[in-house]
Amino acid sequence: MADLLASNDTRPANLDPARSFQGLILALQQYWASWGCVILQPYDMEVGAGTFHPATTLRALGPKPWNAAYVQPSRRPKDGRYGENPNRLQHYYQFQVLLKPSPPDLQELYLGSLRAIGVDPKLHDIRFVEDDWESPTLGAWGLGWECWCDGMEVSQFTYFQQVAGVECDPVAGELTYGLERLAMYVQGVDRVYDLNFNGRTDDKKVTYGDVFLQAEREYSKHNFEVADTAMLFEQFKMAEAACQKYLAAGYSAGAAAHDMALPAYDQCIKASHVFNLLDARGVISVTERQGYILRVRELAKACGAAWLKTEAGGAG
Amino acid sequence: MPDLLLELFSEEIPARMQARAADDLKKMITDRLVAAGLVYEGAKAFATPRRLALTVHGVPARQPDLKEERKGPKVGAPEQAIAGFLRAAGLASIDQATVQADKKGDFYVAVTEKAGRAAIDVIADMIPEVVRGFPWPKSMRWGTGRLAWVRPLHSIVATFGPETEEPEIVTFDIDGIAGGNVTRGHRFMAPGEITVKRFDDYVAALERAKVVLDPARRMDMIRADAKDLAFAQGYELVEDEVLLAEVAGLVEWPVTLMGEFDRAFLDIPGEVIRATIRANQKCFVLRDPTTAKLTNKFILVANIEASDGGKAIVAGNERVIRARLSDAKFFYDTDLKTKLEDRLPKFSQIVFHEKLGTQAERIERITALAKELAPLVGADPAKAERAAQLCKADLLTEVVGEFPELQGLMGKYYALAQGEDEAVAQASEDHYKPVGPKDSVPADPVSIAVALADKIDTLVGFWVIDEKPTGSKDPYALRRAALGAIRILLDAGIRIRLTEMWESTFGRLQFSAAFREFIANYVKAAKDIEKLNLPGLLTAANDAAQIYLKSAEVKAREKTRYPELSKGLLDFFADRLKVQLREQGARHDLVDAVFALEGQDDLLMIVRRVEALGKFLDTDDGKNLLAGVKRASNILRIEEKKDGKSFAGAPDAALLKEPEEKALAAAIETAKADASAAVAKEDFAAAMSAMAKLRPTVDAFFDKVTVNADDKALRENRLTLLNEIREATRAVADFSKIEG
Repeated sequence: MADLLASNDTRPANLDPARSFQGLILALQQYWASWGCVILQPYDMEVGAGTFHPATTLRALGPKPWNAAYVQPSRRPKDGRYGENPNRLQHYYQFQVLLKPSPPDLQELYLGSLRAIGVDPKLHDIRFVEDDWESPTLGAWGLGWECWCDGMEVSQFTYFQQVAGVECDPVAGELTYGLERLAMYVQGVDRVYDLNFNGRTDDKKVTYGDVFLQAEREYSKHNFEVADTAMLFEQFKMAEAACQKYLAAGYSAGAAAHDMALPAYDQCIKASHVFNLLDARGVISVTERQGYILRVRELAKACGAAWLKTEAGGAG
Repeated sequence: MPDLLLELFSEEIPARMQARAADDLKKMITDRLVAAGLVYEGAKAFATPRRLALTVHGVPARQPDLKEERKGPKVGAPEQAIAGFLRAAGLASIDQATVQADKKGDFYVAVTEKAGRAAIDVIADMIPEVVRGFPWPKSMRWGTGRLAWVRPLHSIVATFGPETEEPEIVTFDIDGIAGGNVTRGHRFMAPGEITVKRFDDYVAALERAKVVLDPARRMDMIRADAKDLAFAQGYELVEDEVLLAEVAGLVEWPVTLMGEFDRAFLDIPGEVIRATIRANQKCFVLRDPTTAKLTNKFILVANIEASDGGKAIVAGNERVIRARLSDAKFFYDTDLKTKLEDRLPKFSQIVFHEKLGTQAERIERITALAKELAPLVGADPAKAERAAQLCKADLLTEVVGEFPELQGLMGKYYALAQGEDEAVAQASEDHYKPVGPKDSVPADPVSIAVALADKIDTLVGFWVIDEKPTGSKDPYALRRAALGAIRILLDAGIRIRLTEMWESTFGRLQFSAAFREFIANYVKAAKDIEKLNLPGLLTAANDAAQIYLKSAEVKAREKTRYPELSKGLLDFFADRLKVQLREQGARHDLVDAVFALEGQDDLLMIVRRVEALGKFLDTDDGKNLLAGVKRASNILRIEEKKDGKSFAGAPDAALLKEPEEKALAAAIETAKADASAAVAKEDFAAAMSAMAKLRPTVDAFFDKVTVNADDKALRENRLTLLNEIREATRAVADFSKIEG
C-alpha cells in the first residue's frame, strides 16, 4: 500500500487528516482514487444516506464492474437536535466506497484507508463487529460489520446481497465512513461543532460549527415544527406518480429495454426524503409508517428492475 | 492411526455464531466419518473470529472392505426375472452369481466386494460437501463467486496423516479454494503465512503468531486478567459470563486493559451505567467490594498488544464511554422531568395486539384486576391500583427505549423519584417477575397483586383470541406467564379460585372487544370523519357495548364459550403445575388424581392435597388402600360392562350378610364423614388418616367375601358397596388416576 500513501509526505500541514475535516475527506478521496475508483461528487438531491446515490443503488445491480467513491451529504430530518447535541446532526457527510465485484482483499484495502488518514492499526484496536445491514425502503440487505476503532464505530462494511429486491451478482462491497465521527476521533474532539474544518490554527481557522451550526438550528426547526405537511403529502403523491409514469414511459420500446431508469429513480429518492420529513413532523402514525415504507420500496424495486434493462445495468 | 486437521479461515465470524459453528463442523465431519465406516478416536472443534478449526484423531487410514450380498430369483426362474436381477446387481451374466440353498430350494446370490477407499479420499469428498451445506444462521456470497459462507472464506487447511510421518494435504477444490497447509496469524501482529503439519504444531504456531485458538482459554485469560486488574486497584469485577463469551469471540489475542470515566456519571443508576457500557462498548464494569456500588472504572478487552502499551486504546475507549454515558445521563435526566402518569395517555395510541386493543386498554384491565386481587393477597387496594397504573409507564421513557432490558427497573427509579410509595415503586420492577425459572418471585403483596394481574390478563387475553402455545412455539411466552403465576401463588401461600379470577378478566376483554368494534362501525358509517364528535362517539360506543354484552344472544354464546375457555386454561395450568412439581420431585399422576376432582382451581389447596396424598401413598396403609381401591375399580369396570349399568347409590343394609361386609359398610360411612369433615377444614393429612382406617376392612372384605355371589341381589349390593369404596376415596383424590 506504500504507493498509495506516498502523497502524504507532500501534503500541507493544514490538510493533515488528523487536524482538518476537509483534509480527511481529501485523504480518503486520494486513497481510493489511487486505487482506481471513480471519484464522484455528491448526488444533487436530498438523500438519507450515501447508499441512495444511484452510483451505489443502481450501479450495485447488474453484471458490470463498478468502482466508485464519493462524499454524500446525508439528511436524517429526525436526527436534528437544534445544534444542542454534541454528536447528532440532521445533515452530515458520509464517505461512500462501492467496489463491484468486491475484491478479495477488501478488508486490507479498508485498513489501508485508515492508515491513510493516520489511524495506525498497530497502535489502535481495530475490530470487525457483526452488523447486518438492511434498508427496508430500498429493498436491500447485506452482511458485514461495524468497524470499530478503540470502541468507536467508524465505518460500516457491507457485502450487498440484494438491492432493490434484486440479487446482487456479482456482489458489491460497500464501505461507509461516518466522516464527522471519524474526524472527531482523529482530531480528538468531543463536540462535532468543534471540529477543525480547514485545518488552520490561526485566525483563518474555520470550525464545523462555523459552517453548519446555524443550518442545524434552522433545519431542526423546519423539520420538527414548520415543514409544510400538506405540501409534503402532495409531494409524496406527486413523486410517486411521476416515478411510476417515468418507469412506464421508459419501456416505450418494449419490456426488454428501458431508457429512463435514472429519472424515475430520482423521483423514488424524492419520495423517500419527503417521507422522512413527514416522519420527523410526527404526522405519520405507526401503522401508516409501514405503508409508506412499502410504497417507496415498490418504487425502488421497479427502478432496479428498469435499471437492469439499461446498458449500464447490463442489458443488450 | 492418522489424524485430520481442518481449518476454515475467513473474514470475521460474528461472535454469537462461533460456538455453534464449531459444534456443527465437528458433528458434520464426524457423522460422515462414522457413516463412511471410519470410526475415529476423538474430535475437538474450536473457533476464533477468523477461523473454525477441527482436529479428529485416530481415524483409520482406510475404510473397511465391504462385502455385499444380494439375493436373487430361484434357479430356473423365468428369464425376465433373471435379467432384472443381473441388471440390479450389475452382473454381466448369471455365471457371476453364486448359488445358495435354503428351505425353498436353490437361488442365485450376487456377491459384490467393495474395496474400502483410502480415508483421505473419503475426507476429500466430504469437506466440500460440509462447506457447501454448512448451516450458518445467515450466509452470504462475495465477489463473483457462488459459494456461500458466513463471511468471505479465504483458505482451508486440511491435512491428514499419522503422527510419525509428514501428513498429506487433502485435495479438493471449492469454488477455487483448494485444501492446503498454510494459514495466517493475527491480523495485525503476525499477518504472515504459516505452514502447518498437524494439530499440535498448528496450535503452537498460532500461539506464536498471537492467536489463541481455544475460546475457553481466551475466556479464562480475560476473566483472570480482568479480576487481577480490578483487584490490584481494590475493586471487584462485576462478572458477566454472556458478555465474556461474546468478548472472547471478538478477539484472537485478548489484551485486557482498564479505563475510567468521570465520577459525576455515578449519579446515574448503576444498572444504566452497566447497560450502557456493556451493550454499546462490550466492556465490563467494576464495583467497590465494601459498598457493592459501581466505581468509575471499566475493563476493556482489546485484540492487540499496541505499540504504546495500550494508552491510545484506553484513551479512545474512555472518550467513547464518556460520550455514551453523557447520552445516558441526558436520557435519564430527561425522563425525570416527566411524571410517569403523564406518559399514560400515549398508551392509547400504542397497539398491544391487534385483537386485544391498545396498551392503555390493557393497563386499564390490569389495574382493575390488581385492585380486585389486592384483598386476596393482603395488599392495600389503593396501592395495588396505583402500582398497576404506573407499572408499564417506563416503557415510554428514553432510557428504556435505549435499553429495553431495564424495563421495570427504571420505572421503580422514576416512581421513587416522584415520591411514590415504596411498594408502588417496587411493583414496577417486580411485576415482571419471575422472568425465568431461576428468577425470584415478587415478595411484597402490592407487587404480587400487579404481577398476578399482568400474567392473568396476558393468559386469558391470548386464550380468548385463540393464540395458544403449540409445540415448541410460544411467541407470547404464555407458559412462562402461567408458571410465573403458579410460583407466585405457591410461594406466597395465596388462596385464589383461578376460574373466578379469569372470569372477570374475560368480561373485561369482551367489553373492550365490543367497544372497539362499535367505534370502528361508527367511524366506518360516518360520512365525514372530520365532523365526528369524539366524546359523543366514545359514550355511544360504551353504552352500545354495555347493552350488547347483556343481550340474550351474547349470554347464550358465552354460556358455552366461557366454560370451554376456562377448562382449557385450567388444563394448561395443571400441565405447568405438573412440570413445576415434577421438578420438585412430586409425582405427576398425583396432580392428575387431584385435578380430576370437580372444581379444583385453587392451586395452593391442590398442592397441599398432592403433598398429603404423596405422603399417604408412601405408607403401607396408603399402598394397600390404593391396591384395594384399584381392585374394586377393576371388578366394577368388568361387571358394569357385563351388566350394562353402574352400581351407584347406597348399599341396602338389609342385604349385608357377612360380618366383613357389614364392617366395610360401617367403615365407609365413618371414613366418608371423617374425610369430608377433614377436607372441609382443609386438613388433608387428617383426611388421609380417615381413609387409612378403611384399609383393614377393605382387605378383610376381599379376603372373605365373594363379590360375584350367585344370588343376584347379593351380588348387586356388594358391587354397590365396592362403588362406595371408590366414592369414599374421591373425597381426597381420584385414585384411578394414580399409577402403580
